[in-house]
Amino acid sequence: MIVSLSAIYIVAGLLLAGMAVKSWRAVDSPGRRLTSVFWGLYALTFLAGDWLPPVVTGAIVILLALIAGVGGVKIAPAGSGAGQPARTAGRRLFVPALAIPAVTLIGTLWGKNIEIGGWKLIDSLNPTVASLGLACIAGLGLALVMTRSAPSTALTEGHRLLVAVSWAAVLPQMLATLGAVFALAGVGKAVATLIGAAIPVDNRFLVVLAYTVGMAAFTMIMGNAFAAFPVMTAGIGLPLIVGLHGGNPAILAAIGMFSGYCGTLMTPMAANFNIVPAALLELPDRHAVIRAQWPTATVLLTVNVFLMYFLVFRF
Amino acid sequence: MLTLIGVVWVIAGFICRFNPLLVVVTAGILTGLLAGMSPAAVLSALGEAFVKNRFMGLFILVLPVVGVLERAGLRQQAQRAVAGLRQATAGRLLIVYLFLREMAAALGLTSLGGHAQMVRPILSPMAEGAALNRHPRLPVAASWRIRAFAASADNVGLFFGEDIFIAFGAILLMKGFFAEFGIELEPWQIAVWGIPTAVSAFIIHAVRLYRLDSWLAAEAGRAADSSPTGRDDRQEGEI
Repeated sequence: MIVSLSAIYIVAGLLLAGMAVKSWRAVDSPGRRLTSVFWGLYALTFLAGDWLPPVVTGAIVILLALIAGVGGVKIAPAGSGAGQPARTAGRRLFVPALAIPAVTLIGTLWGKNIEIGGWKLIDSLNPTVASLGLACIAGLGLALVMTRSAPSTALTEGHRLLVAVSWAAVLPQMLATLGAVFALAGVGKAVATLIGAAIPVDNRFLVVLAYTVGMAAFTMIMGNAFAAFPVMTAGIGLPLIVGLHGGNPAILAAIGMFSGYCGTLMTPMAANFNIVPAALLELPDRHAVIRAQWPTATVLLTVNVFLMYFLVFRF
Repeated sequence: MLTLIGVVWVIAGFICRFNPLLVVVTAGILTGLLAGMSPAAVLSALGEAFVKNRFMGLFILVLPVVGVLERAGLRQQAQRAVAGLRQATAGRLLIVYLFLREMAAALGLTSLGGHAQMVRPILSPMAEGAALNRHPRLPVAASWRIRAFAASADNVGLFFGEDIFIAFGAILLMKGFFAEFGIELEPWQIAVWGIPTAVSAFIIHAVRLYRLDSWLAAEAGRAADSSPTGRDDRQEGEI
């Protein structure tokens, strides 16, 4: 195939390496060297992640955390970046911006069927991620031509936004890593045992309450409802709601997973949805997006408890 | 049970607002060691999982595109696009986006949206623009709240739409999970029972977005009485 996942990782690695060079050259900026090392190490995991021994990547992970921990990664507001009068490009500017979702969509749906010279265009194992990569490259080409910008503008402007996001850019990946370690260490089973031991199993409402609120709470800890679902469902949902009280497993699953999503709306552990956007939108409060979401999430979780209670034993 | 100390560590770290990267990595090391893994095994586990999850960092590829377009005035263009719409308010605009995002996700079109490619360059400037059209003296803090709500509309729409789509990964995960326990479920069964929650999510969040408008009006009124921090004092383009 032409656009494989590893090819996209190389592109991302080169971009990050460019950012590292850009940071190093930012002469007037204090702490530029440590910032540059941070992005350089991160670039290395994209460029050589498949070949480096896991112990070495593990050491890089710890170094990244240490640099961020001592405040070594530069963070600065990006501003709007408007440099030239907007009327030169006009509404056509929306075209490259909207091309990113459009190309991602087309690539995901049909990309694996497109062949050029006998080569598949899109990696059929990871069509969405590969399509996103392709869409960004296409969108960038379009944007540069349309705004008559030099290719170096891409690096300068990308760097401006990356500095605004700063270390938060690495957080989602770091949290997924923690999730993997939690799974290896059996954290999920311990939590399920704890919740299972605390509830009176004969009371249908309390069992439903424990499962739905437990899904939300465990999702908040793990940052991911997919990690919480098997643990909570095997620990409480299946044995108690389906087994003991004869509930409907399809309803259990649907509303249970959505209860987990309520947790996702309320946790900094779901960094890609809650923390990275706050950085991207340059909000001074890191938790501003969570603050906007928690009332919706708690009301919806309450609705879920009653939906589950009234539906799961009836159908 | 000892492994739960790692969980407590993460929660405490986030509450104390230590750097999250440092909190997360130390929690990983602590949890691994408490579970009886050797230091080298912990290091390997960290490295392996980090490399496997690289796709989560790929949103950085969007940044150069958005940066170049912003330099050419994309955000001002988005603001201008709503200036002509007299009916547009921040709340109404975000309700429309929430609806479109949730419907698209329910049809499996989850890539139509996203924080880097849609919310920052297009949606939030539009919502802020609509609010500034109505209330030229809107305080900066109110703009921050509009941005946070723009991000929330993207999240709520995505989360509670995608599980209605039968080919979505979560549905297949649930089906696979139940199959292991000898319970055969069809994907459509799970998807259908998600609809009541999906509808509730839209209603609840739409009501809150609707009320955002009156909150903004109150904030603008208060600002008119006191501090002069409206549009006139902001630099052109700093939205």
